[in-house]
Amino acid sequence: MKTENQKAWFFVLPVLLLVAFNALIPMMTVVNYSFQETFGDNVFFWQGVDWFEQILRSDRFHAALGRQFMFTALILVIEVPLGIAIALSMPRKGFWVPVCLVLMALPMLIPWNVVGAMWNIFTLPDIGLLGYFLNHVLGINYDMTQDPLAAWVTIITMDVWHWTSLVVLLSYAGLVSIPDAYYQAAKIDGASNWSVFRFIQLPKMKTVLTIAILLRFMDSFNIYTEPFVLTGGGPGNSTTLLSIDLVKIALGQFDLGPAAAMSLIYFAITLLVSWLFYTLMTKDDLN
Amino acid sequence: MQKRSIVPIVYILFLMLPIYWLVAMSFKTTNEILAGFSLFPQTFTLENYKTIFTDPSWYWGYINSIIYVSLNTVISVAVALPAAYAFSRYRFLGDKQLFFWLLTNRMAPAAVFALPFFQLYSAVGLFDTHLAVALAHCLFNIPLAVWILEGFMGGVPKELDETAFVDGYSFPRFFATIFIPAIKAGVGVAAFFCFMFSWVELLLAKTLTAVAAKPIAATMTKTASSAGYELGLLAAAGTLTIIPGAIVIYFVRNYIAKGFAMGRV
Repeated sequence: MKTENQKAWFFVLPVLLLVAFNALIPMMTVVNYSFQETFGDNVFFWQGVDWFEQILRSDRFHAALGRQFMFTALILVIEVPLGIAIALSMPRKGFWVPVCLVLMALPMLIPWNVVGAMWNIFTLPDIGLLGYFLNHVLGINYDMTQDPLAAWVTIITMDVWHWTSLVVLLSYAGLVSIPDAYYQAAKIDGASNWSVFRFIQLPKMKTVLTIAILLRFMDSFNIYTEPFVLTGGGPGNSTTLLSIDLVKIALGQFDLGPAAAMSLIYFAITLLVSWLFYTLMTKDDLN
Repeated sequence: MQKRSIVPIVYILFLMLPIYWLVAMSFKTTNEILAGFSLFPQTFTLENYKTIFTDPSWYWGYINSIIYVSLNTVISVAVALPAAYAFSRYRFLGDKQLFFWLLTNRMAPAAVFALPFFQLYSAVGLFDTHLAVALAHCLFNIPLAVWILEGFMGGVPKELDETAFVDGYSFPRFFATIFIPAIKAGVGVAAFFCFMFSWVELLLAKTLTAVAAKPIAATMTKTASSAGYELGLLAAAGTLTIIPGAIVIYFVRNYIAKGFAMGRV
């Protein structure tokens, strides 16, 4: 049982100050911009909620949001089951465990622009390993700079390559924390592999899976550098995810007001969905 | 050799292919890369690496990155430890709300907050310092560190704390000599995650620096000059960015493997 202790606030204070400094002040700036219009020279005019209305009604925003949801849904549907499957088939002890873990963690430690650049060259039709193989060995016409479908397949594959290991590492951590006694009891009861998974392994992985799914959701929903370096949002607008669109507006056209309004809407959506995930996945623990 | 080990093997091969391609390219000349496909370097060259190691504007990029990443890891773990302890042991006003609020800080689209960050850090006079990047990365690293550490601390029985206090330990002494060693695997895992996310994040690092603390990622944009892409150099620089990460995982590999298992996580 936890004890009630209001002094515990002092322990949390440094964290609170550091995070608030980084979160609240920039957030206030963004809120400020979202209600104002500027013509340069730091002169601002009150604009009210016009920007919000304009963004919520624009087809461009809806299209980018749709692509964003599609991207996030696809990678969650692919990475979570795949990550669990890989974690289940990994060795539990012995020499190969650290080898597997080190090799699997490697993609996560590559800076995001390097990941984008590397996949870009890797998939180029005539000089990249994957692009050359698909085009000249298998005879598939694949060029992600021309074909929207190829571009989508490439960014999804890149994300699966980059982040499935996060799900693997966390699921594996959940798996190895299951005491042997559980498996022995299941064996005596004659449980099938599926029931062992369904009634022992999956419930034990729940907490770590919550972390994995939430992290993957938040990070994929905010993804910027990798798809930007890989395709630049193209061909056309086919891979322009929400944050790429946002930066195009904020820096490309220098429309601070609409960009700020858009990022607040964006933030609110992320918050809402994360909160839903969080409550749904932790509701059993609260009872 | 069991049949099911085929899954991890295939997965690891898939992970290694693009990395192999990057490393192979780093030993090729840019002309060879552009000329067409070759699985191995035809004219093996170390020229790309030589450029990086002899040009200060290149190797300082790596040094700058390592400085702010280390700084960030130390700050994040140091402040997250007491906070995680509070969350794991006590109930206090607004604790649950605070915990969730911390998490929400990973959700702000960094791409848009870059400009306000630039203004904020310029205003406090920290622009273009290693500290600026280290502090900015706290935004998403501290919540994660608190989260991970809280999980590990939950696995330590409360009796440990009580026994220590009965034995007359002061709180700081108990925390430093008994509690932290008990969760050192958790500290390792938290530090690893902080290192990883700070090392790979570039948008804020690039925005908050100009010359003195310029990260390697910003230096890499140099390869796209008026003379066209210097792909060989880009590949060599990319290959070198993997090395610090690989060294860190090598050292914490046992923590990752066994460490997670100790905590409730």
